[in-house]
Amino acid sequence: MFEAAATERIEAPAAKPPAISVENLSVCFRVPHERYASLKEFAIRWAQGRLTYVDFWALREVDFEVGWGEIFGIVGPNGAGKTTLLKTIAGVLHPMRGRVVVRGERAPLLELGAGFHPELTGRENVYLYGTLLGNTRRELDARFRSIVDFAELWEFIDAPLRTYSTGMGARLAFAVATSRLAPVLLIDEVLAVGDVRFQERCRGRMDEFRRQGACILFVSHDPALVMDLCQRAVWLESGRVRALGPAHEVVEQYVAASG
Amino acid sequence: MALPPPSTTSASVSESGLYDSARRPPPFVEEFLALLRYRDLVAQLILRNVKARYKRSILGVAWTMINPLLTMLVLTLVFSAVFRFPTRQYALYVLSGLLAWNFFAQTTVAAMGDLIWSGGLIGRIYLPKSAFAVSAIGTGLVNLLLALVPFAIIAVAVGGPIRPAFLLLPIPILCLAGFALGIGLALSTAAVYFQDVMPMYEILLTAWLYLTPVIYPIDLVPPAVQAVLRWNPMTYLVGLFRSVVYDGQAPRPDALLAAVGISLVTLLAGWWVFSRRAREFAYHV
Repeated sequence: MFEAAATERIEAPAAKPPAISVENLSVCFRVPHERYASLKEFAIRWAQGRLTYVDFWALREVDFEVGWGEIFGIVGPNGAGKTTLLKTIAGVLHPMRGRVVVRGERAPLLELGAGFHPELTGRENVYLYGTLLGNTRRELDARFRSIVDFAELWEFIDAPLRTYSTGMGARLAFAVATSRLAPVLLIDEVLAVGDVRFQERCRGRMDEFRRQGACILFVSHDPALVMDLCQRAVWLESGRVRALGPAHEVVEQYVAASG
Repeated sequence: MALPPPSTTSASVSESGLYDSARRPPPFVEEFLALLRYRDLVAQLILRNVKARYKRSILGVAWTMINPLLTMLVLTLVFSAVFRFPTRQYALYVLSGLLAWNFFAQTTVAAMGDLIWSGGLIGRIYLPKSAFAVSAIGTGLVNLLLALVPFAIIAVAVGGPIRPAFLLLPIPILCLAGFALGIGLALSTAAVYFQDVMPMYEILLTAWLYLTPVIYPIDLVPPAVQAVLRWNPMTYLVGLFRSVVYDGQAPRPDALLAAVGISLVTLLAGWWVFSRRAREFAYHV
């Protein structure tokens, strides 16, 4: 099924440093004690010396490494900092303390389809979303066929996106986001979209990325899925690492604790 | 069924593919390099803005052309009746001023609005935040070029000759664009933190319009007011634009120097303020 692609391997020398290093990472959201939505209010408070903040630490001293060819899971309850961690690795959030090093180009699959415009056609949205993800127009020209082939949307590609079903939109977004074989794939709950057949194809594509040496970071609420897909995992709780190790052990601990 | 393989073309997030949060280039430089890499995104955003605007309206592109014409018509009727300005000249005078002013007003508001509306995007995927302000300016340039078409027609219709100076038009337009981008970047930085920046700016714009010689000639106001107008950067930028399209003359060196200086200083200052804060935006949207 993937023979053609298997020849285009990502270069991964044996002694290569880990794909992702997260060192002593802390991320803090500074929340004003009361909300200062308006400049006037802020100025008054500031003049009175009554500006107070609450620091909310979404991640505290998180430390781990992910190797090449590894599928690494992130589990934890809502608000544990899973998405914040993924966003920091994606470069969306700049760390307050500590350091994140990613040794390869990233393909973020966060919130698929964010940036789609409903009035534009599927074709136009491929280019809009594709460039939002950092592709050039030329790259998208070259890959346009394979994107639409994968999404199976040739019939609707020139219809406005507002006429698409949720599943069709998700298919198009996934096809665009994974059209480039990036060495580091960041995935946030996206496999929950689309029908069973499409989910299978998504997993197929993930496997293919991994076989070619890519590193995949995978956030999910579904412990079974993480155990099934990942080799290693981290369990986050209130921004701290509760457990880190082989996926089945970490997930079992997590399930036991929350069960 | 064979799945098409993903392509291996690289070079997007970083040329080398290495991201080290502890060794990012200075914000001023990093934002610029990122914007260069994402230049195709800027083009797509401009395309989106232009298309989305015209897809839903029947008159479409015509609105961009008709809008300043209607304003011109109203102002010309009022001013030639009340103040007894010579009608023909005044029509062109006010239209040229409005084109420059509208470009500035619309692009600065759009730069702010686009960044705020795309807040969800900024919090989810990495992209250079300046892309929104730059594409707002780009969209404004497209609209300005469209609006110049009816202007040229009217200029010919009222008997104004087409002069070679028109070819210098890119100079005042670039000065305006640089100034608008600088202001737009500074404003959108503030707007990320405070919701009331946008409505406050819209009020300010009204006052600013009347403090700029757009609908009245500068010689017509008392010397005291003229002194005030000299502190207004838009006086110089509108003046430069008008000297080319209305007077049909190459700009005087001092006027050119003033406009280029204002534009560059504002652009660099705006860029500095914006890029210094841009890394924090994702925390606030």
